[in-house]
Formats: sequence, C-alpha cells, structure tokens
Amino acid sequence: MICEGSEVILSVRDLTADVDGTQILKGLNLEVKAGEIHAIMGPNGSGKSTFSKILAGHPDYTVTGGEITYLGQNLLEIEAEDRARSGVFLAFQYPIEIPGVSNTDFLRIAYNSKRKHEGLEELDAFDFDELLQSKLNVVKMNPAFLNRSVNEGFSGGEKKRNEILQMALLEPKLAILDETDSGLDIDALKVVAGGVNELRTSENAVVLITHYQRLLNYIVPDYVHVMESGRIVTTGGKDLALELEARGYDWIREEEAEAIAR
Amino acid sequence: MIDVSTVSEVGNLGVATTINRAAYLTNLLSLRSPLTDDLRWLQEVRDRATARVQELALPSTRDEEWRFTDLSSLLATEFKAVSGEPSTISQAAIAPYLLPEAANRLVFVDGIFLPELSVAADLPANAFIGNLTAAYREAALRDRLLNQLGKQPGAEETFTTLNTASMTDAAVLYIPSNHVVEAPIHLLFLSTTGQASAITHPRCLVIVESSSSLTLVEDYIALDASVYFTNAVTEVWVEANAQVNHTRIQRDSQTAFHIGKTAVSQARDSHYTCNAISLGAALSRHNLEVYQTGEQTHTVLNGLTMIADQQVADTHSLISYTQPYGTSNQVHKCIVDDRAHAIFNGKIFVPKAAQLTDARQLSKNLLVSPKARVDTKPQLEITADNVKCAHGATVSQLESDEVFYLQSRGIDENSARKLLVYAFAYDVISQIPIVSLRDTLAANVRVPHRKHGSIA
Repeated sequence: MICEGSEVILSVRDLTADVDGTQILKGLNLEVKAGEIHAIMGPNGSGKSTFSKILAGHPDYTVTGGEITYLGQNLLEIEAEDRARSGVFLAFQYPIEIPGVSNTDFLRIAYNSKRKHEGLEELDAFDFDELLQSKLNVVKMNPAFLNRSVNEGFSGGEKKRNEILQMALLEPKLAILDETDSGLDIDALKVVAGGVNELRTSENAVVLITHYQRLLNYIVPDYVHVMESGRIVTTGGKDLALELEARGYDWIREEEAEAIAR
Repeated sequence: MIDVSTVSEVGNLGVATTINRAAYLTNLLSLRSPLTDDLRWLQEVRDRATARVQELALPSTRDEEWRFTDLSSLLATEFKAVSGEPSTISQAAIAPYLLPEAANRLVFVDGIFLPELSVAADLPANAFIGNLTAAYREAALRDRLLNQLGKQPGAEETFTTLNTASMTDAAVLYIPSNHVVEAPIHLLFLSTTGQASAITHPRCLVIVESSSSLTLVEDYIALDASVYFTNAVTEVWVEANAQVNHTRIQRDSQTAFHIGKTAVSQARDSHYTCNAISLGAALSRHNLEVYQTGEQTHTVLNGLTMIADQQVADTHSLISYTQPYGTSNQVHKCIVDDRAHAIFNGKIFVPKAAQLTDARQLSKNLLVSPKARVDTKPQLEITADNVKCAHGATVSQLESDEVFYLQSRGIDENSARKLLVYAFAYDVISQIPIVSLRDTLAANVRVPHRKHGSIA
C-alpha cells in the first residue's frame, strides 16, 4: 500500500559495490517507505542478490560508493548483527544448514538477541516456546521441525518456510526476500506468500527479489523495479511484471540503449 | 614443527638420534619406582617387559606408525622420577572434577593411589574396585590378574611395554557375571606440580564378565599446569554379552606429554563404546585398539580432538575383526585452531573369516585457523567378500556464509563462530552418557578468536 507521507524506511543513492574486485552494482537508487512492497526483477547476474546481501551486511561485498540510509541512519556503518537487531531481515535464497544446533535453540538465540538490543528481558525457554507455537501457523510448519537441526535435511520448501517463520518471529521493519520463490511448488509458494502477506503491516516494508512474475500473483507489489547491469533501469506498477513475463527483458535493454543514444 | 634439513645432515642426525632414541627409553626405565613388597609377584612381568624395552628405540617419523607425529620434543625433555611423599591433595582440590553421578571413584595422584580420596561403595557382591595391591589380596581375583594383566594383543608396542616395565600399581575394576552397574565409575589420574617433570605410568585393568554392564570414565587431569609425561595403558575385557561404555578424557596440561593406550577385547555379542576426548598436552597420542574375539560384537568409537596453539594430538585407532556378524560405527572429529596439528589414522581389519561385518568410519575435521593442520588417513584392509565397509573423511573451515547467516539473525560474529564450533563438537560430546561431564565439556568448547585477514 502506498501512503503519502509515510516514513522512509530505506533510501539507497548511487550505490556502487564490488565482489572480488569486480564491480557488480553501478549506481543503484531505491526508496522504500513504510507499508510498501517493492519487487526487484531482472535477469541473472544483474546484481539483485548482491544488493540483498549488501543490505544485510555480508562481509564479502565491498561498497565503493553511494549511500544507504535505513530509518535515518547510515546502514553501512552498522554491523550485520546490529542491522538484524534493528529490523533488517534477509530471507536467504539458500538458507544455511547448521548441524548440531536445534531449530528452537537457534530461533530463541536470534529472538533474544533482538530483545536484548531493544532493552527487553530475554524470554526463557518456556515462554519462548509458547510464542514460537503461536507463530508456526503463519507458515503451517510441522512442530517436529523445531527439534531438528537448523535446516539440516529440510527440503527446499521447508527451508523457505523456516525463513518465513524466522521473519514472523523477528518482525522486521524491512524484509528482503531473496528469490524466496525459487524451487517452490505451487502449494509451498502459496504458504510462503500467505505468510508474508500476514506479516505485512502499514509500519513495515518488503523488498521481493525474484526472477519470476509468479510470486507476484500472491504477493502484490506496489512497485516493480527492473535491474540490469547493477542499476535499476525501469520502475513501474504491478503490470510491469506481467509485461516482463510476456516480453522478457530484452526490450528494456533496447529502450535503455535508445535512451542513451538520444 | 622441525624443518626438513638437507640430505647429508639428515644422515648424520640419523646416527646420532638412533643412539639417543635407544638410550632415551633406557633412561626412562631408570626413573621407575621399585615394586612394593605386596607386588613381588609382578616382578617377573616387569622384568620381561624391561628386557624388551632395552631392545627398543623411541619411534621416529621414519616409522610408518609415527609418520606425522614427531617425538623430538619428548626426546628433548628431561623427566624425573616420582620421589618422596605423594603430593597432599585435599578433597576440595579435586571437587571441580568429581562427577555427581559417579558413586565410585579411584584417585591416583602423580601415579600413586590415594585411598582417602577414593570411594568404593554400593557395589554388587563379588565386584571389585580398587588398586592392584588390594586386588591381589582377593583370592578370587588372582588368576584373573595373572592371566589378563598385560595380556591384550598389541602389548609389545613400545610405550605399552615401557608402561608394563614401569608398573607399580594399577586401577582394577572387576564386575562379575550378570550385574548391571548403573552409576558410572570414575578413574581420576591427577598430575601436580609437587612432582615436577615426573613421568608416570597409569594403568587400568577392566574386566566385565558375561552379561554385565559398566559405565566407566577414565580422566587425565592437570591440577596445576606443568611439564610431565603421562604414559597410560588401559586394558578392557568385555566378555560375552557384556556392555561397556567407556569415556576417556585427556585434559592434561598444555605443556605435558601424553601417550595413552586403550586395548579392548570383545567376546561374542558384547557391546563396547568409547568416547575419547583429547583436549590437553603439548603432544598427545591415543592408541585405541579393539580386538574382536567372538561373533556379533558391536563397537562404537566416538572421538573428539580440540586443540590450539602448537598442540599436536594424534589418534591411531584399530578395529580388528576376526569373526562374522560384527558391526562398528566410528566417528572421529578434530577441531584445530592456531598452529595446532591433529592426526587421525583409523585402521579396520576385516579378514576372510569376518564375513557379514558392517563397519562404518567417518573422520570430520574443522580447521579454525589458516595455519592449523590435520592429517587423516582411513586404513581399511578387507579380505572378506561379503561385508559392508564405509569410510569418509572431510576437512572444512568455518564458512563465511555460515557465520553471516547467523549474524543476519542478530547473533554477533563471535557467538556465531562459537555456535558453529560448538555444534560441530556437540555431536560427539552428546554421546557421553553422563550429564554433568557432558555439560562441563560443552562449556569448554574452545571459542576460536576472531582473526582478521584470515577466515571470516
């Protein structure tokens, strides 16, 4: 939902970034306000996942220019864990498996890190369990998964549900979903999308990074951005996604080339 | 580590060290204590081993069995005999190491049995827990001692022979048939600064008769950090249908030397589990040998080595099958930090007679620093044709993606690294059947320091 005058959550200006000395982002601009859902689409290698990792603070990516402001603060000066504690959440394309750490323990440690950051008392195992049970419904997760090691032996769909469960628990201000739809069958996609819709409020914002329009049937974006060679080259409403699905990305490149020629 | 010298130097050094290496063992023999009058019967056993030690030399890296473990630092260290009165140790000093679950314990300080710190209570009738002197006073045990002490296969190995030749006492555990000893039995071998640079030869003899069950913790502890040499030998006889759960913790001082042997014979239908945890010593070696003497034995070996600084920790294991229907499951894990060096060599022998053996072995290693080193070698020798034998080895680092995943959930980098290392270790620690010991070990999982410019 676009509301005039709502709070600016994320503002990205002229962002450039490298990975191993190769420039991936080449002047990216984006503004996200509370209540909005933004979809970032684009061909493979356009820099979508790099952008999501930079927002979350992955150490392998080097920002070489531009700025990112999150709730009025310079995001680039904040450590990854503090970004998470202050409400930035990245749902991973490939969630990591952590053998030996139970999902419940992991979720509790993560949840309590945030509570501590907010100056709140940490929840004990008992109270946390109650809270967790109430969140399971968001992603219709089988409670048996809570006692298993984090993501270990989970199917692709189960891993993505687990990501959304974490989102439900951490209640982020800014959620970035990096190709959360990839590899999901239609039922799992509906569950995951339903979870995201349920968690969305007028206070938070969602950035969906996706390759396919399919997800946008279930999570309706306010804006669709097209990324190409490390920049956002076109922005439109939800209909832009349909056009991309029908026509591919080449026409954008052509239009851009024409624009440059002019 | 010693750098490789030029060829001619190696030749010259070779001659010199051969002499040193032979003289070294003889010198160690001169440090042993005499037998007490009560143990005269043991003289012959010691004499036979003594004669053999005099023919042996300290192994060098040219011996295949010691290829990765250089004993030069041992050779360069001078040890002293245990002398004078045993160190006085209060109950309070050992309190942090006691296990509330253990009803019975034997305490040896610098190789000397301290009955006042030991407890033997609540035992089944005819069972025995005590030292060798007391064991020999039990008429029913005498034949057992004469026939089983020093009689495990592999007893002729250098350090085992040295132990036998130097033996002055032993911890003896004897559980007669058809008894389940529920509470674990704790064997503590403590080293103190009262005996600086001492060499001790702890010895354990464990006999569990048919259909009985025992949980045992063998624990090597430094009360204060110092240089010393523990040369331990434990012999375990698991008779038909018996079950032994054996946890061995090596937490000697970071400047000590520890060479330990665990030799186990398993009769038919028996179960033996060893949880071997190696944490201490500048240089340590654990020789873990399981010999199958009957059909359908089951063996579980869980190993965990956690070392840092310049520690060297070597585990050489052997499972020797001779009969059909045996199964074994071995997992050995190493967490290696700084410039430490871990070695694992896992032998499994499956001769033709051992048909339908099912043996699994896994070596998993986590290098937490770029200078850490691990040498791992599965060694399966299989001549039987209808068996299942699986083995695998992995060496990995903490992946920056793993650390980042945890950070992105609000967990700080050090805690993230700790959690990942903990998870790696806990897999083995969780197998220990004693909660208090499990918790102590889990709390001591090393936290690798954040190292800039290296692995994230």
